[in-house]
Amino acid sequence: MNSITDTGQTSRHAPWGWLVLGCIAWIAAYASLVPFADIAIAVLGLTRETHPGEAVHFFFYDTPKVLLLLTGIVFLMGVVHTFVSPERTRAMLAGKRLGIGNVLAASLGIVTPFCSCSAVPLFIGFLSAGVPLGVTFSFLISAPMVNEVALALLFGMFGWKVAGLYLALGLGVAIVAGLVIGRLGMERHLEDWVRAMQATQSADYEGETLHWAGRIDAGVAHVKDIVGKVWPYILAGIGVGAAIHGYVPQDFMASIMGKDAPWWSVPAAVLIGVPMYSNAAGIIPVVEALIGKGAALGTVLAFMMSVIALSLPEMIILRKVLKVPLIATFAGVVALGILVVGYVFNAVL
Amino acid sequence: MKIVKVLGTGCANCQNTVKLINEVAQAKGCEIRLEKVEDLQQIMSYGVMSTPGVVIDGKVVHAGGIPARSKVEGWL
Repeated sequence: MNSITDTGQTSRHAPWGWLVLGCIAWIAAYASLVPFADIAIAVLGLTRETHPGEAVHFFFYDTPKVLLLLTGIVFLMGVVHTFVSPERTRAMLAGKRLGIGNVLAASLGIVTPFCSCSAVPLFIGFLSAGVPLGVTFSFLISAPMVNEVALALLFGMFGWKVAGLYLALGLGVAIVAGLVIGRLGMERHLEDWVRAMQATQSADYEGETLHWAGRIDAGVAHVKDIVGKVWPYILAGIGVGAAIHGYVPQDFMASIMGKDAPWWSVPAAVLIGVPMYSNAAGIIPVVEALIGKGAALGTVLAFMMSVIALSLPEMIILRKVLKVPLIATFAGVVALGILVVGYVFNAVL
Repeated sequence: MKIVKVLGTGCANCQNTVKLINEVAQAKGCEIRLEKVEDLQQIMSYGVMSTPGVVIDGKVVHAGGIPARSKVEGWL
């Protein structure tokens, strides 16, 4: 990092100049993606007319594009996160009724910093502050599924329409699933110590107030953290994607995952997705390649949502606070929602 | 001597926080007793929702992510 050692944030000006320079560099890089890929394959002595040439071109075009988009959006989200702490989100949701509470919870799930290892403390923290169970679930479903990495990658690879649809439908699944769980009145399926916790009032942690210098630092730190962690997955994913892109015949996937595939292709995609535990970054490049080869968008998106939102490891962690019937309901309702999304996408597009 | 507790269920971020605090304490020659709290019920009793959290002498000073080095230096 830099050598700034003072901790007083008021004494330091926000690095606006660097931010503007960064933006210009970002736009310039984004504008030269195609020439870059053309030069890259020319240097390697390949042309796009051949299979290896097409595969390599795909790789050299997609990798920088996806990394650029990811860096941009992750930076923005890092800054946004400094405005929305989990504590603040909880305060906004406390005592909200089902319905409006679910909508709010799902929306806040997009912008609240969330790491799957704090899913359980967050869950209990919400409940103990009087956030209803159904509303808490809306948050818990939306936060990992509709996240900035997934949206950035979808936007980069399929354009804003698909990213927008994913956003809307992801929110829809989170809202409806939370509503259903809330209506079922499943509070008695919480582990006993969690229910005891609900009565106690927890101490309030006062988050520090940041100035713009601190917020921009947070954005940079977020980029280092997320992009530093996911770039190998992206490389691997785009590598697989490039291989499929260049070599697998055009309609290879059409009969298995395409529009005319049998009705069970959507549930099968969801089922295959559950034991797979990957983040959005690892799965989306594969998704792109599948679609390029004739798989239907709905089936593929259902697969992707299932991989991200319904993971076995997460359920094992949740078992510490939820009894089996509630976990089963959670998984069932979310799976059902994803199925509907898959069929709707396939029918509409 | 300060009693420092790191609250976290054992993810990578929590481990890194422990390491960072140890490093800073050594660098500053500051004597601390560092404890790692992994029990969920205990973590919750501090009212911390996003791990890792840091507690110094019974007071929560940080929650939700690895603290900046400068922040840790400020505490010790």
